[in-house]
Amino acid sequence: MALGTWVDFGRLDDLGQLDTAAHRIDARAKAFTTLAFIVTVMSFARHEVSALTPYVLYPITLMSLGRIPAGYLFRKVLVAAPFALAIAIFNPCFDRQPAAAIGTFTISGGWLSFASIMVRFALTVSAALVLVACTGMHRLCAGLEWLGLPRVFAMQLLFVHRYLFVIAAEGARMMRSLQLRAASPYRLSLHVYGALVGSLLLRSMDRAGRIYGAMLARGFDGNIRVLNRQAWRWSDAAFAAGWCLFFVVARMWNLADAVGRLLPTGGAS
Amino acid sequence: MHMADALISPAVGGTLWAATAGLLLHSARNIRDTAQGQLVPMMGVLGAFIFTAQMINFAIPGTGSSGHLGGGLLLAILLGPHAAFLVMASVLTVQALFFADGGLLALGCNIFNLGFLPAFIAYPLVYRIIAQSTSSRASAAAIAAAVVGLQLGALSVVIETQASGITELPFGAFILLMSPIHLAIGVVEGLATAAVVAFVRQARPYAMPELSAQSPAPRFARAIFPGLLLSALLVGGAGSWFASTRPDGLEWSLARASRQQGATGLSSTVHHRLAALQQKTAWWPDYQVRTRATPPEALTVKQAEPWPAVAPGTSIAGLVGGTLTLGLATLIGIVLKPRRTAV
Repeated sequence: MALGTWVDFGRLDDLGQLDTAAHRIDARAKAFTTLAFIVTVMSFARHEVSALTPYVLYPITLMSLGRIPAGYLFRKVLVAAPFALAIAIFNPCFDRQPAAAIGTFTISGGWLSFASIMVRFALTVSAALVLVACTGMHRLCAGLEWLGLPRVFAMQLLFVHRYLFVIAAEGARMMRSLQLRAASPYRLSLHVYGALVGSLLLRSMDRAGRIYGAMLARGFDGNIRVLNRQAWRWSDAAFAAGWCLFFVVARMWNLADAVGRLLPTGGAS
Repeated sequence: MHMADALISPAVGGTLWAATAGLLLHSARNIRDTAQGQLVPMMGVLGAFIFTAQMINFAIPGTGSSGHLGGGLLLAILLGPHAAFLVMASVLTVQALFFADGGLLALGCNIFNLGFLPAFIAYPLVYRIIAQSTSSRASAAAIAAAVVGLQLGALSVVIETQASGITELPFGAFILLMSPIHLAIGVVEGLATAAVVAFVRQARPYAMPELSAQSPAPRFARAIFPGLLLSALLVGGAGSWFASTRPDGLEWSLARASRQQGATGLSSTVHHRLAALQQKTAWWPDYQVRTRATPPEALTVKQAEPWPAVAPGTSIAGLVGGTLTLGLATLIGIVLKPRRTAV
């Protein structure tokens, strides 16, 4: 991960602070719906491609309502692609049975399942990213805690999120000072690495001690209090129920296929 | 080694989610009961530290590549397994949410592979046994524990992926692919952990719990340890041996796999069980997990509609419909997008 990733990270955080129709939906409703979305998408048979396409509606709708830039999201999905690609790319080698045909051109089962994996990947990753971009970490943690996440863990998530930039900036400063003192581009040896990361570790631990002192001074009693807890509205329930209904319908019937058959060319050939 | 959502089935993802949720509750309760207030900010800041440490690389001599810290083991050494597990779980959650590293459905798998295995297996069963008061033993312990943790993690990734039945990679070939590379990564990660531990031991000995407390490793750990180390060495060693004596190992398993149509006995039975479970618990009546590895007797329900259906008509309808749906969805997105003036 390079520094650019951190700038990006900050942007996702900024997007979470916006106030749009998508952001105003209760975090619990969005978290639940997104989870239902991912489980439904992953429950399809492994050669399925066309039936998955209607599901793109969910991330796109949230993205548009939440005014999340499409290009930004696309780049983030692309950055995460290599692992899924590395595993999926073997499917065309192992499964060579013809599974579909377009005219005289046949497609093997392996390529279909490859396409299926990549479509699932794009759908699930974009849904998770849109969820964060439309909710923000604080609201999301509060929502997850209400849904049963242990309080210690919810607090832990907020802490990691809060101090990511602080510790990363500290690490970046140490690296920069090291580079400035080096005559040429410097690659860390294991010994120097141990000292550098070890120092960063000790500094982090010291910082944690200071934070704890400051928290105690402000009356910390083991709970973090969140202002303006969201109230559950009917529109939130409608949001979750409506989307889940759509997921179920799209799971039972191949909507894309049905749309294709409506057209004279698609049905006739 | 982050698992992606696209590679696992809901049954596997759900099972690991449940397992991880149980571990999370257990760890959270343990932390709350021991009531170490200062542990709360400490865990949070160390989570952020792990993020940063993963971005700092050191050069591996003689190669062009570089390595970095994994995190789980170091955290377990500093904070103990329960807190380490919680911190790793939070780090992985933030990675899944913000960096799309791994996915939400695969989060359970990732927390299990990268949190549970190093903190609850490699740390108590390998590190605690080897590490004593001398620093050379601590270094050896860190390397051994990192190797064991990563080998188990790689094995776990293979099993989870195979049980999901989405990839076509046969079990043996997948293991051969994963094991040797993770042996190397394990050694590198162990070196990194050892270097940091050595520095902290020297600079601030009282920060290392095992030096201040001097508590012996649990007895059951001593009993399991030799077997665990042996099996890790066997798996790693055999994997590397296969990889080196059979440079065409992948192709060889490829050829075998194409004859035998798929996975080995273990993975297919696991997959069948899960598929059966999935079919029982599915909400949707027409739910089917189709694998070509399925033996004919298990196909009784599915024979009614053979798959793959090589009918140009359906393929074209799917293609046209899919494209159209995507276009439609994009259009809806554009229409729904609030105008700038509406702010």
